[in-house]
Amino acid sequence: MTLDLSSKDRSLLAGEHGPAGRFAMSILVRMAEAFGAERMLDISQAHIDSTVYQGEATLEFAERLADMDARVAVPSTANVSGVDADNWQEWAVPGEWAEKAYRQMQAYERMGCTPTWTCAPYQTAMRPTLGQQIAWGESNAIAFANSVIGARTERYPDMMDICAAITARVPARGLHLDDNRAGDVLLRLVDIPEALQRDDSFCAVLGYLMGKIAQERVPVIDGFTATPSEDDLKALGAGGASAGAVALFHLVGHTPEAPTLEAAFRGRDPAETHELTVRDLRRARAELTTFDGDRLDVVVLGSPHFSLEEFRRLAPLLEGQRCHPEVLFVVTTGRMMRALAEQAGLLGPLREFGVKITVDTCILTTPMLPPEIDTLMTNSAKYAYYTPGLLDADVTFGSLEDCVRSAIAGRVERDESLWQG
Amino acid sequence: MAGVIQGRVLVAGDVEGEVLASTEPLSFWGGYDQTSGEIIDRRHPLSGCVAAGKILALPASRGSSTTAAVLLEAVRRGTAPAAIITDGADTFLTLAAIVADEMYQRTFAVVSVDTEDFETLASAERLHVGIDGSIDVV
Repeated sequence: MTLDLSSKDRSLLAGEHGPAGRFAMSILVRMAEAFGAERMLDISQAHIDSTVYQGEATLEFAERLADMDARVAVPSTANVSGVDADNWQEWAVPGEWAEKAYRQMQAYERMGCTPTWTCAPYQTAMRPTLGQQIAWGESNAIAFANSVIGARTERYPDMMDICAAITARVPARGLHLDDNRAGDVLLRLVDIPEALQRDDSFCAVLGYLMGKIAQERVPVIDGFTATPSEDDLKALGAGGASAGAVALFHLVGHTPEAPTLEAAFRGRDPAETHELTVRDLRRARAELTTFDGDRLDVVVLGSPHFSLEEFRRLAPLLEGQRCHPEVLFVVTTGRMMRALAEQAGLLGPLREFGVKITVDTCILTTPMLPPEIDTLMTNSAKYAYYTPGLLDADVTFGSLEDCVRSAIAGRVERDESLWQG
Repeated sequence: MAGVIQGRVLVAGDVEGEVLASTEPLSFWGGYDQTSGEIIDRRHPLSGCVAAGKILALPASRGSSTTAAVLLEAVRRGTAPAAIITDGADTFLTLAAIVADEMYQRTFAVVSVDTEDFETLASAERLHVGIDGSIDVV
Protein backbone atom coordinates (compact mmCIF):
# COMPACT_ATOMS: atom_id res chain seq x y z
CA MET A 1 0.00 0.00 0.00
CA THR A 2 1.51 3.30 -1.02
CA LEU A 3 0.56 6.83 -0.18
CA ASP A 4 -0.89 8.77 -3.09
CA LEU A 5 -0.09 12.47 -2.60
CA SER A 6 -1.89 15.27 -4.44
CA SER A 7 0.11 17.87 -6.37
CA LYS A 8 -0.54 20.37 -3.55
CA ASP A 9 0.76 17.85 -1.00
CA ARG A 10 3.90 17.35 -3.09
CA SER A 11 4.49 21.07 -3.50
CA LEU A 12 4.10 21.59 0.25
CA LEU A 13 6.57 18.78 0.84
CA ALA A 14 9.00 20.30 -1.66
CA GLY A 15 8.97 23.59 0.27
CA GLU A 16 7.20 25.56 -2.47
CA HIS A 17 4.89 27.06 0.18
CA GLY A 18 7.74 27.89 2.54
CA PRO A 19 9.66 26.05 5.25
CA ALA A 20 6.73 25.76 7.67
CA GLY A 21 4.62 24.01 5.04
CA ARG A 22 7.46 21.60 4.33
CA PHE A 23 8.04 20.89 8.05
CA ALA A 24 4.32 20.33 8.74
CA MET A 25 3.75 18.23 5.61
CA SER A 26 6.77 16.04 6.24
CA ILE A 27 5.43 15.16 9.70
CA LEU A 28 1.98 14.41 8.28
CA VAL A 29 3.43 12.27 5.49
CA ARG A 30 5.57 10.29 7.95
CA MET A 31 2.41 9.67 10.01
CA ALA A 32 0.40 8.70 6.92
CA GLU A 33 3.11 6.24 5.87
CA ALA A 34 3.52 4.76 9.36
CA PHE A 35 -0.21 4.09 9.55
CA GLY A 36 -0.65 2.91 5.98
CA ALA A 37 -2.97 5.70 4.80
CA GLU A 38 -3.51 5.65 1.03
CA ARG A 39 -4.19 9.36 0.62
CA MET A 40 -4.62 12.64 2.43
CA LEU A 41 -7.90 14.54 2.77
CA ASP A 42 -8.90 18.19 3.28
CA ILE A 43 -9.96 19.56 6.63
CA SER A 44 -11.74 22.89 7.02
CA GLN A 45 -11.26 23.62 10.74
CA ALA A 46 -8.80 22.83 13.52
CA HIS A 47 -8.51 22.98 17.31
CA ILE A 48 -4.94 23.36 18.50
CA ASP A 49 -4.01 21.53 21.70
CA SER A 50 -0.31 22.22 21.10
CA THR A 51 -0.87 25.50 22.97
CA VAL A 52 -0.45 23.67 26.30
CA TYR A 53 2.99 24.68 27.63
CA GLN A 54 4.85 21.58 28.71
CA GLY A 55 8.41 22.92 28.94
CA GLU A 56 11.19 24.06 26.61
CA ALA A 57 10.31 21.54 23.89
CA THR A 58 6.75 22.74 23.28
CA LEU A 59 7.89 26.38 23.32
CA GLU A 60 10.73 25.63 20.92
CA PHE A 61 8.35 23.77 18.61
CA ALA A 62 5.89 26.69 18.59
CA GLU A 63 8.50 29.41 18.11
CA ARG A 64 10.32 27.47 15.40
CA LEU A 65 7.06 27.25 13.42
CA ALA A 66 6.15 30.90 14.06
CA ASP A 67 9.67 32.01 13.06
CA MET A 68 9.24 30.09 9.80
CA ASP A 69 6.17 32.32 9.20
CA ALA A 70 3.76 29.42 9.63
CA ARG A 71 0.11 30.43 9.15
CA VAL A 72 -2.95 28.32 9.75
CA ALA A 73 -4.80 27.67 6.48
CA VAL A 74 -8.17 26.97 8.15
CA PRO A 75 -10.04 28.60 11.06
CA SER A 76 -8.25 27.31 14.18
CA THR A 77 -9.28 27.68 17.81
CA ALA A 78 -6.66 27.70 20.57
CA ASN A 79 -6.88 25.22 23.43
CA VAL A 80 -5.91 26.15 26.99
CA SER A 81 -2.41 27.52 27.45
CA GLY A 82 -0.05 27.20 30.37
CA VAL A 83 -1.04 30.44 32.07
CA ASP A 84 -3.95 32.78 32.78
CA ALA A 85 -2.39 35.67 30.89
CA ASP A 86 -4.02 38.39 33.00
CA ASN A 87 -4.31 36.96 36.49
CA TRP A 88 -1.43 34.53 36.99
CA GLN A 89 0.17 36.73 39.65
CA GLU A 90 -2.73 36.02 42.01
CA TRP A 91 -1.57 32.42 42.12
CA ALA A 92 1.52 30.34 42.84
CA VAL A 93 2.71 30.40 39.21
CA PRO A 94 6.50 31.00 38.99
CA GLY A 95 7.41 34.06 36.90
CA GLU A 96 9.66 32.09 34.55
CA TRP A 97 6.88 29.61 33.82
CA ALA A 98 4.41 32.43 33.13
CA GLU A 99 6.83 34.20 30.80
CA LYS A 100 7.52 31.07 28.73
CA ALA A 101 3.92 29.90 28.65
CA TYR A 102 2.94 33.38 27.48
CA ARG A 103 5.57 33.32 24.73
CA GLN A 104 4.05 30.03 23.56
CA MET A 105 0.60 31.66 23.43
CA GLN A 106 2.02 34.52 21.36
CA ALA A 107 3.63 32.07 18.93
CA TYR A 108 0.26 30.44 18.19
CA GLU A 109 -1.40 33.84 17.84
CA ARG A 110 1.30 34.79 15.33
CA MET A 111 0.34 31.69 13.34
CA GLY A 112 -3.22 33.00 13.15
CA CYS A 113 -4.96 30.87 15.79
CA THR A 114 -8.06 32.49 17.26
CA PRO A 115 -7.23 33.26 20.91
CA THR A 116 -10.09 31.28 22.42
CA TRP A 117 -7.81 29.57 25.00
CA THR A 118 -10.36 27.00 25.93
CA CYS A 119 -10.60 23.21 26.11
CA ALA A 120 -14.30 23.55 25.21
CA PRO A 121 -14.12 25.13 21.73
CA TYR A 122 -17.56 23.65 21.00
CA GLN A 123 -18.94 26.33 23.35
CA THR A 124 -17.72 29.07 20.99
CA ALA A 125 -19.14 30.42 17.75
CA MET A 126 -16.50 28.40 15.88
CA ARG A 127 -18.34 25.16 16.46
CA PRO A 128 -18.10 22.74 13.52
CA THR A 129 -21.11 21.11 11.90
CA LEU A 130 -22.40 17.59 11.26
CA GLY A 131 -20.18 15.69 8.84
CA GLN A 132 -17.50 18.43 8.64
CA GLN A 133 -13.93 17.13 8.28
CA ILE A 134 -11.83 18.76 11.02
CA ALA A 135 -8.56 18.18 12.89
CA TRP A 136 -8.98 18.58 16.62
CA GLY A 137 -6.60 18.00 19.49
CA GLU A 138 -7.69 17.90 23.19
CA SER A 139 -9.17 14.58 24.18
CA ASN A 140 -12.49 15.86 25.57
CA ALA A 141 -13.02 18.16 22.58
CA ILE A 142 -12.32 15.34 20.14
CA ALA A 143 -14.94 13.16 21.84
CA PHE A 144 -17.47 16.01 21.82
CA ALA A 145 -16.88 16.98 18.18
CA ASN A 146 -17.20 13.42 16.92
CA SER A 147 -19.97 12.20 19.19
CA VAL A 148 -22.22 15.16 20.02
CA ILE A 149 -21.77 17.27 16.86
CA GLY A 150 -21.06 14.46 14.40
CA ALA A 151 -18.07 16.26 12.90
CA ARG A 152 -15.20 14.00 11.80
CA THR A 153 -11.83 14.07 13.47
CA GLU A 154 -9.22 11.47 14.28
CA ARG A 155 -7.85 11.50 17.84
CA TYR A 156 -5.06 14.05 17.23
CA PRO A 157 -2.09 14.54 19.52
CA ASP A 158 -0.46 17.90 20.21
CA MET A 159 1.76 19.10 17.34
CA MET A 160 -0.07 17.07 14.71
CA ASP A 161 -3.08 19.39 15.08
CA ILE A 162 -1.06 22.48 14.10
CA CYS A 163 0.58 20.61 11.19
CA ALA A 164 -2.93 19.82 9.93
CA ALA A 165 -4.02 23.45 10.40
CA ILE A 166 -1.00 24.78 8.44
CA THR A 167 -1.53 22.42 5.49
CA ALA A 168 -5.32 21.87 5.74
CA ARG A 169 -4.52 18.18 5.15
CA VAL A 170 -4.60 14.99 7.22
CA PRO A 171 -4.04 11.30 6.50
CA ALA A 172 -7.34 9.78 5.33
CA ARG A 173 -7.83 7.24 8.06
CA GLY A 174 -9.50 6.48 11.38
CA LEU A 175 -12.60 8.42 12.33
CA HIS A 176 -12.45 10.60 9.21
CA LEU A 177 -13.84 7.58 7.34
CA ASP A 178 -17.49 6.60 7.81
CA ASP A 179 -16.74 2.92 8.02
CA ASN A 180 -14.65 3.36 11.17
CA ARG A 181 -17.39 5.23 13.02
CA ALA A 182 -19.51 2.19 13.84
CA GLY A 183 -19.87 1.15 17.47
CA ASP A 184 -17.69 -1.68 18.80
CA VAL A 185 -18.89 -2.22 22.36
CA LEU A 186 -22.43 -2.07 23.73
CA LEU A 187 -22.99 -0.65 27.22
CA ARG A 188 -26.57 -1.26 28.30
CA LEU A 189 -27.92 0.71 31.26
CA VAL A 190 -30.07 -1.60 33.38
CA ASP A 191 -32.67 -0.20 35.79
CA ILE A 192 -30.93 3.12 36.37
CA PRO A 193 -33.48 5.48 37.97
CA GLU A 194 -34.12 8.64 35.96
CA ALA A 195 -33.48 10.78 39.03
CA LEU A 196 -29.92 9.43 39.05
CA GLN A 197 -29.55 9.85 35.27
CA ARG A 198 -30.51 13.51 35.69
CA ASP A 199 -27.97 14.18 38.44
CA ASP A 200 -25.08 16.28 37.10
CA SER A 201 -22.50 13.81 38.41
CA PHE A 202 -24.06 10.81 36.67
CA CYS A 203 -22.63 11.39 33.19
CA ALA A 204 -19.15 12.07 34.57
CA VAL A 205 -19.22 8.70 36.35
CA LEU A 206 -20.72 6.93 33.35
CA GLY A 207 -18.02 8.49 31.14
CA TYR A 208 -15.26 7.26 33.44
CA LEU A 209 -16.70 3.72 33.38
CA MET A 210 -17.22 3.92 29.60
CA GLY A 211 -13.56 4.83 29.15
CA LYS A 212 -12.36 2.01 31.37
CA ILE A 213 -14.38 -0.56 29.44
CA ALA A 214 -14.03 0.75 25.89
CA GLN A 215 -10.42 2.03 26.01
CA GLU A 216 -9.69 2.91 22.35
CA ARG A 217 -12.84 1.34 20.89
CA VAL A 218 -16.16 3.04 20.04
CA PRO A 219 -18.72 2.52 22.81
CA VAL A 220 -22.48 2.65 22.31
CA ILE A 221 -24.67 3.42 25.32
CA ASP A 222 -28.25 2.19 25.25
CA GLY A 223 -30.98 2.69 27.84
CA PHE A 224 -30.34 6.35 28.67
CA THR A 225 -33.94 7.41 29.16
CA ALA A 226 -33.47 10.92 30.58
CA THR A 227 -32.62 13.86 28.30
CA PRO A 228 -28.94 14.73 28.68
CA SER A 229 -27.89 18.39 28.53
CA GLU A 230 -24.85 19.52 26.55
CA ASP A 231 -22.94 19.74 29.80
CA ASP A 232 -23.90 16.13 30.56
CA LEU A 233 -22.56 15.05 27.16
CA LYS A 234 -19.43 17.11 27.73
CA ALA A 235 -18.88 15.31 31.06
CA LEU A 236 -19.53 11.93 29.46
CA GLY A 237 -16.91 12.48 26.76
CA ALA A 238 -14.34 13.97 29.14
CA GLY A 239 -14.64 10.99 31.49
CA GLY A 240 -14.33 8.53 28.63
CA ALA A 241 -11.35 10.35 27.13
CA SER A 242 -9.52 10.39 30.49
CA ALA A 243 -10.05 6.85 31.74
CA GLY A 244 -9.81 5.54 28.18
CA ALA A 245 -9.00 6.75 24.70
CA VAL A 246 -12.60 7.29 23.65
CA ALA A 247 -12.67 9.59 20.61
CA LEU A 248 -16.23 8.75 19.59
CA PHE A 249 -19.19 7.41 21.52
CA HIS A 250 -22.80 6.93 20.53
CA LEU A 251 -25.66 7.54 22.94
CA VAL A 252 -28.66 5.86 21.38
CA GLY A 253 -31.52 8.28 20.82
CA HIS A 254 -29.42 11.32 21.72
CA THR A 255 -26.34 11.69 19.49
CA PRO A 256 -26.57 12.35 15.73
CA GLU A 257 -25.13 9.10 14.40
CA ALA A 258 -27.19 6.95 16.77
CA PRO A 259 -30.92 7.49 16.14
CA THR A 260 -31.27 3.73 16.77
CA LEU A 261 -29.11 0.97 18.19
CA GLU A 262 -28.75 -0.54 14.74
CA ALA A 263 -27.61 2.76 13.24
CA ALA A 264 -25.01 3.18 15.99
CA PHE A 265 -23.46 -0.16 15.02
CA ARG A 266 -24.01 0.48 11.29
CA GLY A 267 -25.86 -2.81 11.10
CA ARG A 268 -23.04 -4.86 12.63
CA ASP A 269 -23.09 -6.86 15.85
CA PRO A 270 -21.41 -5.54 18.99
CA ALA A 271 -18.06 -7.21 19.72
CA GLU A 272 -18.98 -7.16 23.42
CA THR A 273 -22.00 -6.30 25.54
CA HIS A 274 -21.76 -5.00 29.12
CA GLU A 275 -24.79 -4.50 31.37
CA LEU A 276 -24.30 -1.59 33.76
CA THR A 277 -26.29 -1.40 36.98
CA VAL A 278 -26.42 1.19 39.76
CA ARG A 279 -23.97 -1.03 41.63
CA ASP A 280 -21.40 -0.81 38.79
CA LEU A 281 -21.80 2.94 38.63
CA ARG A 282 -21.55 3.30 42.40
CA ARG A 283 -18.26 1.39 42.29
CA ALA A 284 -16.97 3.60 39.44
CA ARG A 285 -17.95 6.72 41.40
CA ALA A 286 -16.02 5.41 44.41
CA GLU A 287 -12.90 4.96 42.24
CA LEU A 288 -12.91 8.66 41.38
CA THR A 289 -12.37 9.46 45.08
CA THR A 290 -8.94 8.65 46.50
CA PHE A 291 -9.45 9.03 50.27
CA ASP A 292 -11.95 8.39 53.05
CA GLY A 293 -11.76 11.54 55.18
CA ASP A 294 -13.75 14.76 54.99
CA ARG A 295 -10.81 17.19 54.85
CA LEU A 296 -11.19 19.86 52.18
CA ASP A 297 -8.69 22.47 50.92
CA VAL A 298 -10.05 23.42 47.53
CA VAL A 299 -13.13 22.97 45.35
CA VAL A 300 -12.46 23.19 41.60
CA LEU A 301 -15.12 23.21 38.88
CA GLY A 302 -14.71 23.56 35.15
CA SER A 303 -12.96 20.69 33.40
CA PRO A 304 -13.83 20.86 30.59
CA HIS A 305 -14.23 24.63 30.89
CA PHE A 306 -17.38 25.85 32.64
CA SER A 307 -20.21 26.75 30.26
CA LEU A 308 -22.66 29.64 30.47
CA GLU A 309 -25.34 27.13 31.46
CA GLU A 310 -23.17 25.85 34.30
CA PHE A 311 -22.72 29.44 35.57
CA ARG A 312 -26.52 29.71 35.44
CA ARG A 313 -26.86 26.61 37.61
CA LEU A 314 -24.10 27.56 40.04
CA ALA A 315 -25.12 31.18 40.75
CA PRO A 316 -28.42 30.46 42.55
CA LEU A 317 -26.79 27.69 44.63
CA LEU A 318 -24.34 30.23 46.05
CA GLU A 319 -26.62 33.23 46.44
CA GLY A 320 -26.49 34.72 49.93
CA GLN A 321 -23.93 32.16 51.15
CA ARG A 322 -20.21 32.33 51.96
CA CYS A 323 -17.45 29.92 51.20
CA HIS A 324 -15.75 28.56 54.34
CA PRO A 325 -12.69 30.75 55.06
CA GLU A 326 -10.29 27.82 54.88
CA VAL A 327 -11.59 26.51 51.56
CA LEU A 328 -10.51 27.87 48.19
CA PHE A 329 -13.20 27.77 45.47
CA VAL A 330 -12.01 27.95 41.85
CA VAL A 331 -13.92 27.88 38.56
CA THR A 332 -11.89 27.39 35.39
CA THR A 333 -13.42 28.67 32.16
CA GLY A 334 -12.72 30.44 28.89
CA ARG A 335 -12.72 34.19 28.34
CA MET A 336 -15.86 34.08 26.21
CA MET A 337 -17.90 32.16 28.77
CA ARG A 338 -16.68 34.47 31.55
CA ALA A 339 -17.69 37.52 29.51
CA LEU A 340 -21.13 36.08 28.78
CA ALA A 341 -21.65 35.13 32.42
CA GLU A 342 -20.65 38.66 33.43
CA GLN A 343 -23.12 40.18 30.98
CA ALA A 344 -25.82 37.85 32.25
CA GLY A 345 -25.21 39.14 35.81
CA LEU A 346 -24.15 35.73 37.06
CA LEU A 347 -20.73 36.60 38.43
CA GLY A 348 -21.92 38.88 41.28
CA PRO A 349 -23.15 36.01 43.47
CA LEU A 350 -19.98 34.05 42.68
CA ARG A 351 -17.71 36.90 43.81
CA GLU A 352 -19.72 37.46 46.98
CA PHE A 353 -19.45 33.78 47.80
CA GLY A 354 -15.66 33.94 47.29
CA VAL A 355 -15.28 32.11 43.98
CA LYS A 356 -12.07 32.79 42.05
CA ILE A 357 -12.37 32.52 38.29
CA THR A 358 -9.38 31.49 36.18
CA VAL A 359 -9.39 31.74 32.39
CA ASP A 360 -7.12 30.56 29.54
CA THR A 361 -5.87 27.54 31.46
CA CYS A 362 -6.79 25.07 34.20
CA ILE A 363 -5.40 23.75 37.49
CA LEU A 364 -3.65 20.89 35.67
CA THR A 365 -1.93 22.87 32.91
CA THR A 366 -0.53 25.70 35.03
CA PRO A 367 1.13 25.36 38.47
CA MET A 368 -1.37 27.78 40.03
CA LEU A 369 -2.57 26.04 43.19
CA PRO A 370 -0.50 26.57 46.35
CA PRO A 371 1.70 23.51 46.98
CA GLU A 372 0.28 23.00 50.49
CA ILE A 373 -3.04 21.87 48.99
CA ASP A 374 -3.63 18.22 49.92
CA THR A 375 -7.32 17.62 49.25
CA LEU A 376 -9.40 18.73 46.31
CA MET A 377 -13.08 18.26 45.53
CA THR A 378 -14.65 18.42 42.08
CA ASN A 379 -17.62 17.35 39.98
CA SER A 380 -15.31 16.69 37.01
CA ALA A 381 -14.21 13.14 36.23
CA LYS A 382 -11.28 14.61 34.31
CA TYR A 383 -10.02 16.67 37.25
CA ALA A 384 -10.62 13.68 39.54
CA TYR A 385 -8.74 11.37 37.20
CA TYR A 386 -5.58 13.46 36.75
CA THR A 387 -5.27 15.29 40.09
CA PRO A 388 -3.48 12.53 42.06
CA GLY A 389 -0.68 12.24 39.48
CA LEU A 390 -0.30 15.87 38.43
CA LEU A 391 -0.92 17.67 41.71
CA ASP A 392 0.08 14.94 44.15
CA ALA A 393 -3.16 15.62 46.03
CA ASP A 394 -6.12 13.50 47.15
CA VAL A 395 -9.44 14.03 45.47
CA THR A 396 -13.14 13.65 46.31
CA PHE A 397 -15.66 13.42 43.51
CA GLY A 398 -19.18 14.81 44.07
CA SER A 399 -22.05 16.56 42.35
CA LEU A 400 -22.20 20.33 41.85
CA GLU A 401 -24.47 20.64 44.89
CA ASP A 402 -22.16 18.41 46.95
CA CYS A 403 -19.25 20.70 46.03
CA VAL A 404 -21.10 23.86 47.06
CA ARG A 405 -22.41 22.36 50.30
CA SER A 406 -18.92 21.12 51.19
CA ALA A 407 -17.34 24.50 50.43
CA ILE A 408 -19.76 26.17 52.84
CA ALA A 409 -19.27 23.53 55.55
CA GLY A 410 -15.49 23.45 55.19
CA ARG A 411 -15.49 19.68 54.93
CA VAL A 412 -16.64 17.07 52.42
CA GLU A 413 -20.39 16.44 52.51
CA ARG A 414 -21.93 14.22 49.86
CA ASP A 415 -25.52 13.18 49.27
CA GLU A 416 -25.38 9.42 48.74
CA SER A 417 -29.13 8.86 48.44
CA LEU A 418 -29.34 8.77 44.64
CA TRP A 419 -26.56 6.18 44.43
CA GLN A 420 -28.07 3.60 46.81
CA GLY A 421 -30.37 2.01 44.20
CA MET B 1 10.39 -17.62 24.41
CA ALA B 2 11.75 -19.05 21.24
CA GLY B 3 12.79 -17.16 18.13
CA VAL B 4 12.38 -13.61 17.02
CA ILE B 5 9.11 -11.70 16.98
CA GLN B 6 8.57 -9.49 13.97
CA GLY B 7 6.94 -6.19 14.93
CA ARG B 8 5.69 -3.42 12.68
CA VAL B 9 8.02 -0.42 12.66
CA LEU B 10 6.31 2.91 13.26
CA VAL B 11 9.50 4.75 14.15
CA ALA B 12 12.70 2.78 13.72
CA GLY B 13 15.46 2.36 16.29
CA ASP B 14 18.07 -0.18 17.34
CA VAL B 15 17.94 -0.50 21.11
CA GLU B 16 18.47 -3.00 23.87
CA GLY B 17 17.21 -2.62 27.40
CA GLU B 18 15.33 -3.71 30.46
CA VAL B 19 11.59 -4.25 29.93
CA LEU B 20 8.86 -2.45 31.84
CA ALA B 21 5.49 -3.89 30.87
CA SER B 22 1.80 -3.53 31.66
CA THR B 23 -1.45 -4.56 30.05
CA GLU B 24 -2.96 -1.21 31.13
CA PRO B 25 -2.82 1.76 28.68
CA LEU B 26 -1.23 5.01 29.92
CA SER B 27 -1.81 8.74 29.42
CA PHE B 28 1.68 10.23 29.55
CA TRP B 29 0.21 13.63 30.43
CA GLY B 30 -0.72 13.18 34.05
CA GLY B 31 0.93 9.77 33.97
CA TYR B 32 4.62 10.34 33.19
CA ASP B 33 6.97 12.72 34.96
CA GLN B 34 9.04 14.24 32.17
CA THR B 35 11.72 15.41 34.65
CA SER B 36 12.48 11.89 35.88
CA GLY B 37 10.74 9.34 33.64
CA GLU B 38 8.67 8.09 36.59
CA ILE B 39 5.17 6.79 35.94
CA ILE B 40 2.92 8.93 38.14
CA ASP B 41 -0.61 7.79 37.22
CA ARG B 42 -1.53 6.64 40.72
CA ARG B 43 -4.22 4.35 39.32
CA HIS B 44 -1.75 2.59 36.98
CA PRO B 45 -0.04 -0.71 37.88
CA LEU B 46 3.39 0.77 36.96
CA SER B 47 2.93 3.81 39.25
CA GLY B 48 6.32 4.59 40.82
CA CYS B 49 8.41 2.76 38.20
CA VAL B 50 10.96 4.73 36.17
CA ALA B 51 10.77 4.09 32.41
CA ALA B 52 13.62 6.39 31.29
CA GLY B 53 15.98 4.48 28.97
CA LYS B 54 13.93 1.29 29.22
CA ILE B 55 11.79 -0.63 26.77
CA LEU B 56 8.25 0.19 27.76
CA ALA B 57 5.57 -2.29 26.66
CA LEU B 58 2.03 -0.87 26.84
CA PRO B 59 -1.07 -1.83 24.87
CA ALA B 60 -1.60 1.83 23.86
CA SER B 61 -1.75 5.41 25.07
CA ARG B 62 -4.98 6.80 26.41
CA GLY B 63 -6.28 10.12 27.67
CA SER B 64 -4.75 13.46 26.89
CA SER B 65 -3.52 14.74 23.50
CA THR B 66 -0.70 16.34 25.53
CA THR B 67 0.82 12.86 25.89
CA ALA B 68 2.80 13.72 22.73
CA ALA B 69 4.13 16.96 24.26
CA VAL B 70 5.21 15.18 27.46
CA LEU B 71 7.16 12.64 25.43
CA LEU B 72 8.79 15.34 23.27
CA GLU B 73 9.95 17.15 26.41
CA ALA B 74 11.14 13.82 27.84
CA VAL B 75 13.27 13.21 24.72
CA ARG B 76 14.76 16.70 25.05
CA ARG B 77 15.63 16.01 28.71
CA GLY B 78 16.84 12.46 28.13
CA THR B 79 14.11 10.91 30.30
CA ALA B 80 12.09 9.17 27.57
CA PRO B 81 11.93 5.39 27.23
CA ALA B 82 14.41 3.95 24.68
CA ALA B 83 11.56 2.19 22.89
CA ILE B 84 7.82 1.73 23.28
CA ILE B 85 6.22 -1.51 22.14
CA THR B 86 2.44 -1.39 21.72
CA ASP B 87 -0.32 -3.87 20.99
CA GLY B 88 -1.53 -2.23 17.77
CA ALA B 89 -0.34 1.06 16.23
CA ASP B 90 -0.70 4.15 18.43
CA THR B 91 -1.00 7.66 16.95
CA PHE B 92 0.09 9.70 19.99
CA LEU B 93 3.29 7.77 20.67
CA THR B 94 4.27 7.59 16.99
CA LEU B 95 3.72 11.32 16.42
CA ALA B 96 5.81 12.19 19.48
CA ALA B 97 8.68 10.06 18.22
CA ILE B 98 8.49 11.56 14.72
CA VAL B 99 8.46 15.16 15.97
CA ALA B 100 11.35 14.44 18.37
CA ASP B 101 13.32 13.03 15.45
CA GLU B 102 12.56 16.08 13.28
CA MET B 103 13.43 18.54 16.05
CA TYR B 104 16.27 16.94 17.95
CA GLN B 105 17.55 14.22 15.58
CA ARG B 106 17.13 11.75 18.41
CA THR B 107 14.05 9.82 19.46
CA PHE B 108 12.68 6.56 20.82
CA ALA B 109 11.67 3.56 18.75
CA VAL B 110 7.97 2.72 18.35
CA VAL B 111 7.06 -0.81 17.28
CA SER B 112 3.66 -2.47 17.34
CA VAL B 113 2.97 -6.18 17.64
CA ASP B 114 -0.18 -8.30 17.78
CA THR B 115 -1.85 -9.25 21.05
CA GLU B 116 -0.34 -12.71 21.36
CA ASP B 117 3.19 -11.45 20.77
CA PHE B 118 2.60 -8.56 23.14
CA GLU B 119 1.85 -11.01 25.95
CA THR B 120 5.01 -12.96 25.19
CA LEU B 121 7.20 -9.84 25.15
CA ALA B 122 5.64 -8.41 28.29
CA SER B 123 6.99 -11.31 30.32
CA ALA B 124 10.60 -10.85 29.14
CA GLU B 125 13.24 -9.12 31.27
CA ARG B 126 15.50 -7.68 28.56
CA LEU B 127 14.81 -7.20 24.88
CA HIS B 128 16.61 -6.12 21.77
CA VAL B 129 14.60 -4.15 19.22
CA GLY B 130 16.13 -4.11 15.75
CA ILE B 131 15.89 -1.34 13.19
CA ASP B 132 13.62 -3.60 11.10
CA GLY B 133 11.19 -4.15 13.99
CA SER B 134 12.50 -7.57 14.94
CA ILE B 135 12.35 -8.16 18.67
CA ASP B 136 14.28 -10.81 20.57
CA VAL B 137 15.01 -11.71 24.17
CA VAL B 138 18.54 -10.91 25.23
